[in-house]
Amino acid sequence: MPRTIRYAFLLCTLLAGSAMAGDLPTYELNIQNHRFTPEKIVIPAGRKVLLVVHNRDATPEEFESNDFNREKVILGGQKARIYVGPLDAGRYRFFGEFHADSAQGVLIVEE
Amino acid sequence: MLAVALLVFREVLEAALIVGVVGAATRGVSGRGRWLSFGLVAGLAGALLVAWGAGAIADAFEGSGQEIFNAAVLLAAVLMIGWHVVWMSVHGRDLAQRMRAVGHAVHTGTRPLYLLAVVVALAVLREGSEVALFLYGMAAGGAHGIATGLLLGLASGTILGLVLYAGLVRIPMKRFFALTNGLLILLASGLAASAARYLAQANLLSTGGGALWDTSWLLSDGSLLGQTLHVLVGYQARPTAMMLAFYVVTAVALAVSAHHVARRAARASTA
Repeated sequence: MPRTIRYAFLLCTLLAGSAMAGDLPTYELNIQNHRFTPEKIVIPAGRKVLLVVHNRDATPEEFESNDFNREKVILGGQKARIYVGPLDAGRYRFFGEFHADSAQGVLIVEE
Repeated sequence: MLAVALLVFREVLEAALIVGVVGAATRGVSGRGRWLSFGLVAGLAGALLVAWGAGAIADAFEGSGQEIFNAAVLLAAVLMIGWHVVWMSVHGRDLAQRMRAVGHAVHTGTRPLYLLAVVVALAVLREGSEVALFLYGMAAGGAHGIATGLLLGLASGTILGLVLYAGLVRIPMKRFFALTNGLLILLASGLAASAARYLAQANLLSTGGGALWDTSWLLSDGSLLGQTLHVLVGYQARPTAMMLAFYVVTAVALAVSAHHVARRAARASTA
C-alpha cells in the first residue's frame, strides 16, 4: 500500500508540476453594469494565460465560456483568477451567464 | 422573466437529467421514492448552504476554493456512481429476475439507494447553489417576474428529466440494468472530465495542451442537445488531453471492475 501512495504522490507532483508556470501573462477584466470592460482581449496563441476578472457590480455574476471551457461564479465586489488555455488562434466568446443579454465579450487569440 | 426562466431551466435540466438516470437505475427497488426524495431535499438544503457560504468557499485555498469544491463534489459523485455500478453488476440480473417473477418492487437492502441518493443530492447541490446566487442577484437588482421565471424554468427542466426517465423505463427488463449501468458509467466519466476542467481552471492540474479537437461547428456545448449530451455521456466540443484522460480512465476503471466483480460473483455462486 505505501508504494501505491508513493506512486500516487509522484503522479500528483508530475501533473501539478507541469501546471506550475511562474509568471503567466495576466489580463485584467472588469464587470460593470453587467458588461465587460474591455469587451475584447487579445492573448497569444499556444500559451496559458491568467484572466483576473473584477466584478465591480454589487450582484454575483458567472463568468462563462463554452468556447474555451471555463465557468466561475464571482460574487459582487470580488475578483476571480481564471487560468485559460493554451488555445489555438481564433475568436473565443465569453459571457456573464447571469446577465447574458448584456455581458458579452470575446477573446482574440493571435499567433 | 424570460432570462430567469432560461437560466433556471439550464441549471435544473442538468440536475433533472442526472436524477432521471438515477431514478431509472433504481427501478423496481422498493423504498427508492423515499431515498431519492431525501437526496433531493438534502441537495436543496446543501445548495442554499453553499450559496450562503459562496464567499468563504471562493476565498479558500488562495482563491481556488470554488474549483476545488466543484471538483471534489464531482469526484465524490463519480465514486458513488462507481460503487453502485459495481454493486449492480453483481446483483442486477438477480434483481431483474425477481422483479419479473413477482411483478413489483423488491427489497435489496439500502445500499443501491443511499449511494444514488447521495448522487442526487450532489447534483442538486451543484446546480441549485448557482440558481440561488443568480436569483439573489436578480432580486437585489430589482428584476421583475422572478417567481414566474423560476417556476417556468423549474417546470420545463423537470419535464425533460421526466421524459428521459419515461424513455429509459421502457427498456425491456432483460437488458435494463446492463443499459442503465452503461449509461451511469458514461455519465460518471463525463463528471470526472469536468472535475479535470475545474482543476485546470485553478492551475492545479495541467490541461495537457490545447483542445484535442473542435466539434463545436457540429454540436456546440451551449446548445440544448450539446448540454444534454454533456450531462448524459460527457460530450465536450473542445476537450483537452487531460479531460479525455480523466474520461477514459474512469470509463475503463468502472467497466473493468464491474466486469471483474461480476465474474467473480458468478464463479462463487456456481462453486
